[in-house]
Amino acid sequence: MRLRKIKEFIGFGIVRLATIIILLALFAILYFIVIRGIKVVNWQFLSQMPHSGMTAGGILPAILGTFYLTMCAICFAFPLGVAAAIYLTEYAKQGKLIRIIRIGVSNLAGVPSVVFGLFGLAVFVKFFGFGISILSGGLTLGILILPTIIRSSEEALLLVPHSFRWASLALGASKWQTIFKVVLPNAVSGMLTGSILGIGRAAGETAPILFTAAAFYTTKLPCSIFNEVQALPYHIYALMTEGVHPKAQVPIAYGTALVLIFLVLGINCIAIIMRNRFRRRQKW
Amino acid sequence: MKRRQKENLIQGFFCGLSLCSILFLLGIVIVLFKEGLPIFNVISFGKLFFGKFWYPTYEPADFGMLPLILGSLMVTVGALIISVPLGVASAIYISEVAHPKGKEFVKLLIELLAGVPSVVYGFFGMVFLAPLVQNFFGLPVGLNAFTAAILLGVMAIPTITSVSEDAISAVPESFKEASYALGANRWETTVKITLPAAMGGISTGIILGMGRAVGETMTVLMVAGGAAVIPHSFFEPVRTMTATIAAEMGETVVGGEHFHALFAIAIVLFLMTLTFNIIADFLSQRFRRRLR
Repeated sequence: MRLRKIKEFIGFGIVRLATIIILLALFAILYFIVIRGIKVVNWQFLSQMPHSGMTAGGILPAILGTFYLTMCAICFAFPLGVAAAIYLTEYAKQGKLIRIIRIGVSNLAGVPSVVFGLFGLAVFVKFFGFGISILSGGLTLGILILPTIIRSSEEALLLVPHSFRWASLALGASKWQTIFKVVLPNAVSGMLTGSILGIGRAAGETAPILFTAAAFYTTKLPCSIFNEVQALPYHIYALMTEGVHPKAQVPIAYGTALVLIFLVLGINCIAIIMRNRFRRRQKW
Repeated sequence: MKRRQKENLIQGFFCGLSLCSILFLLGIVIVLFKEGLPIFNVISFGKLFFGKFWYPTYEPADFGMLPLILGSLMVTVGALIISVPLGVASAIYISEVAHPKGKEFVKLLIELLAGVPSVVYGFFGMVFLAPLVQNFFGLPVGLNAFTAAILLGVMAIPTITSVSEDAISAVPESFKEASYALGANRWETTVKITLPAAMGGISTGIILGMGRAVGETMTVLMVAGGAAVIPHSFFEPVRTMTATIAAEMGETVVGGEHFHALFAIAIVLFLMTLTFNIIADFLSQRFRRRLR
């Protein structure tokens, strides 16, 4: 009897320990980057152009570049993703077509990010001739985050009770009127949460923009969507692997990593808290 | 009648847009094969996949993918050795041990872990973990398969944890109650009843985590060392398929042999992750049907 108790104690102890190890890994990464990065980050760092061949100055072009890329991605993916989710939850009947679409969405989510980069290179950069540009990179990132947006929009739509729809239909509203005036207003905050998660993902991805948008060094800020840009994640990679002054570049990389992680985790945190609140409140 | 037509039009419009994701997936397949298959004009199937030397810039060039495939395999297996026990254990903690409040908190943190960009993992690996590994094991280089495997393992954990946790939570309460009624304690119930019942879902999580590790690019590009030779131990630098594409695509001539060879790697990579996804999909479908 005692042996069984001891076994239980040890078993749950191991499980606790494993969880603690995982959380420690997260804290180690955050602590390390915050402690070293905070020394570098100040207002000049955020608001100035880099100079002296990437060894001094700020990261303004990279911050702006990441902003433009994510905006481009979300403007492309949000309407598409929401439309797909509306079709999947409101219109489609269980059958072959819907099964194929679902397989497509789940497989698109599993495609390695570098393969998206190749697709973007072949289609947007070369085939459509957009060149290495914000547009090419943004569209590539848009395709990458499409599955995230479809899934969370679907989840938000499914949370709207059927009785709402029946009530609207019973009043003589058509299907589209019901969706537009009843279902969507009740699901919109959930959908926004999903797209915020998508923005966080797009802002942190490097591999898809390697050959479609990113430049190590631009002398001016981008002025059109056909310009190539610097981006925060690529900037970290470039500072660590390219250039000729590693001593001067590594501290800038710390600062950039801090800005990126603050941005991405901040975005994620907002989205997750919003979603949890939304799920809890939404009990009709 | 007019209203009917308008409704049909709207439905068609949404149906069309929802086909976009299939379109993109098909587009990826078409692009990969169109740009990848021409490599077979230059090199035979067997030589490409089982050739031991990857010297893309030599004259004549060698495009043997075996070192790259083995490199990917090595870091992925290493990552799984780390992430499977930790991921499943934390899933058990979240669903069976933690208090409701602690549960929300741990879940939030693990989701944040999933949100850390891969380039940040790579950066952390380069400046912190690699020197640590190098000093601890007395190695000539810290950038090797072992360091990469640790980081990939941490990156795969959130996927494994969240899918496993869903699966464990989906096991009906009545299963556990029956076990308690027979005198089993909570640990025995967890190990002998809940885990076996949730196995289908847990294996889905493991396969998805594996897909994440195989497809991960920036971390391995920065940390795995980048030597395109057949690895003999975990402490040697390796180069994965993803890292090769990312490192070399920028320097190739569009339409050249090297360009096509990189797309051929992408075909292999894509087919691998596709297979993982299909298996994971199949397992989770079966799991859900069984629990009902």
